[in-house]
Amino acid sequence: MVGIVVISHSRALAEGVVEVARAMGVGKAVVEPAGGDLEGGLGTSVDLVEGAVATADDGDGVLLLADLGSSVLTAKMVIEDAGGESLLLADAPLVEGAVAAASMAATGADLAAVHAAAESAYDHRKTR
Amino acid sequence: MNAEDFVAWVRRAAELVAADADRLTRLDAAIGDGDHGHNMDRGFRAATDAISGGTLPEDAPPGKVLMTAGRAIVSKTGGASGPLYGTALRRAGKALGDTADVDAAALGAALRAALDGVRELGKATEGDKTMVDALAPAVAAYEAALADGSDLAGCVRAAAGAAGEGAEATVPMQARKGRASYLGPRSTGHLDPGAASTALVLGALADVVAQGG
Repeated sequence: MVGIVVISHSRALAEGVVEVARAMGVGKAVVEPAGGDLEGGLGTSVDLVEGAVATADDGDGVLLLADLGSSVLTAKMVIEDAGGESLLLADAPLVEGAVAAASMAATGADLAAVHAAAESAYDHRKTR
Repeated sequence: MNAEDFVAWVRRAAELVAADADRLTRLDAAIGDGDHGHNMDRGFRAATDAISGGTLPEDAPPGKVLMTAGRAIVSKTGGASGPLYGTALRRAGKALGDTADVDAAALGAALRAALDGVRELGKATEGDKTMVDALAPAVAAYEAALADGSDLAGCVRAAAGAAGEGAEATVPMQARKGRASYLGPRSTGHLDPGAASTALVLGALADVVAQGG
């Protein structure tokens, strides 16, 4: 199954988004948090991101979602370092993207489909 | 420049960053999230440790020195400067390959590779009020000096001077990347902290070369 990693500046935020996404993934989707720096403060840790990717990866690929700034840059760098095509970063809002990705991943869809689901989250408007 | 000179460069950069950490953080507090000095200090300290301790083989070429320093910066810097400076150093190191003695042309190619890496990762162009506004003119000045027949020291001096001028030129710019971009016109009138730290790192290179590197 495609894994999902949620990268945020805040450990609490990453864990909260993961909690919601796992629930929407009906207990099947693999969603791992990578939040904050190594000491639990605000920031981004490449080691935490790589660790979460390793945990989430069962061979079918991993979709990364990032909040902003250094989270996005770190995600891109981890993807570049990994090489190949088993990691993708979604251009998506964090919560909605994670929910969409987890819902799709739980169906057993492939990485391209999970990526597309996450990116479609921008189309779900809230006031119109 | 040999491997020792590159170690000296990273050390000197760490010294200049540590000495200016408070200023960088003040600049960042004006338009960013106020952690740039602290992050850069932590990152370059880690880089210095990584290339000074017994972790690096004694015969490691310059390229390996920069790649090791870059990896340490990525691991220990919490903010956006980690991936950006880490990518810059690692791309430069990769460009140097296994060369033991780096000449002016090779160093120029490495600096160009660093700039390309930063641009690719951050998607910033000149005028966005980022480190690219110091690094891009520095690389251009280096290449112009090289084309004019300058030696390595002359090229590095030109690059460091252009980086400083480039950083100063960010003051009137309106930010189009990072947290500062949320401020719109209110981001003008401030020196970009990333451009300021880039000028320090290139100044460190000029210092090391001037000391007979």
